[in-house]
Amino acid sequence: MKSNKTTELMVGMFIAAGAAALFVLAMRVSNLSSFSTGDTYHLTARFENVGGLKVRSAVTVGGVNVGRVTGIDYDSERFQAVVSLEVENRYNRFPEDTAAAIYTAGLLGEQYVALEPGGSEEVLKDGSQIELTQSALVLEKLVSKFLFEKAAEGEKK
Amino acid sequence: MLEWIRQLGRSGISQFETLGRANLFLLKTLVGLPGLLRRPGLLVTQLWSVGVLSLLIIVVSGLFVGMVLGLQGYNTLVDFGAEESLGVAVALSIVRELGPVVTALLFAGRAGSALAAEIGLMKATEQLSGMEMMAVDPIHRVIAPRFLAGFISMPLLAAIFSAVGIYGGYFVGVGLLGVDDGAYWSQMQDKVDLFDDVLNGVIKSLVFGWVVTWIAVFEGYDAVPTSEGVSRATTRTVVYAALAVLGLDFVLTALMFGD
Repeated sequence: MKSNKTTELMVGMFIAAGAAALFVLAMRVSNLSSFSTGDTYHLTARFENVGGLKVRSAVTVGGVNVGRVTGIDYDSERFQAVVSLEVENRYNRFPEDTAAAIYTAGLLGEQYVALEPGGSEEVLKDGSQIELTQSALVLEKLVSKFLFEKAAEGEKK
Repeated sequence: MLEWIRQLGRSGISQFETLGRANLFLLKTLVGLPGLLRRPGLLVTQLWSVGVLSLLIIVVSGLFVGMVLGLQGYNTLVDFGAEESLGVAVALSIVRELGPVVTALLFAGRAGSALAAEIGLMKATEQLSGMEMMAVDPIHRVIAPRFLAGFISMPLLAAIFSAVGIYGGYFVGVGLLGVDDGAYWSQMQDKVDLFDDVLNGVIKSLVFGWVVTWIAVFEGYDAVPTSEGVSRATTRTVVYAALAVLGLDFVLTALMFGD
């Protein structure tokens, strides 16, 4: 056993190293660093089909991350999916005719909501609804459409 | 035949007795914990021998486990052109699984066996009975600080293991194999969740720390006070602790990620 002071010093360093490692795991490795700390405002958008969109998926404009999906609900009167979006306050100048679309990041990536600003003078406010939406692509629908078109072409000849 | 069944019954009863003793022992230890507030020096000494002295093996193993994951992950992922995801693969496997489990296994081998042997020898040389003669409760004086030190050290060691391992993977993936530096970290940050992944790993390491230290101090305290008994207690500590860690890991994983 070392002398008491050295022991205490080493134990202190050990605990500090453990805490530092936890800090590294939290800040450098996990998604804590990408949590937005600023205030946000709320938007909703209606889609025919949200595909594989999930709560906490990203909301992007021109590829830049500006917010998150906070809720996905189903409106059983209009038979549409209602997606709630939280967008950071510093991006609060989107025109009223901004369009929302659901895209996939890469071939196998996650789905996200992409906003495309329009040209209106009025801007979207807290609680506004995005009117122009484009649903997620469903691969099966796409393939079957392609096949039917091919078949129809074949019959004409 | 009858003798055989009687033997089975006897061994069953003695297993249950051991289990009961272990639980009563744990209860007494927990009751003894508040007394440590008056003697923090005992805890610091044990943190030294349980935690600080295990640091070297943990850091070196973490580094090499991370480096191997980097190599293996790269070779698999490069076939799909997805070597940019190396960071995610390394971080998730270390933070969720390998960090807590490998640390617990090493901890059982390095610190658990030492605890069991130390306490067992104290019993064999009648130091524990000597303390009782002087009206010092050996559970308060000897067991409680060791138990608490193991419980505190294990999550810290697991966190160090995980952090070092991820940097080991970074060293091999980015430094040697040419994965993009930014992609390694940004994909990792994108996919690793603080609560779902990091916090669950910490919970796992807390549970493992509790179980491994409990087994170690109990086996030492319950050892037959001979040199053979101490050696058996040490062996049993490592075997039981490893089995408990692997079994509990499955249960915890099923609870946390099973959905």
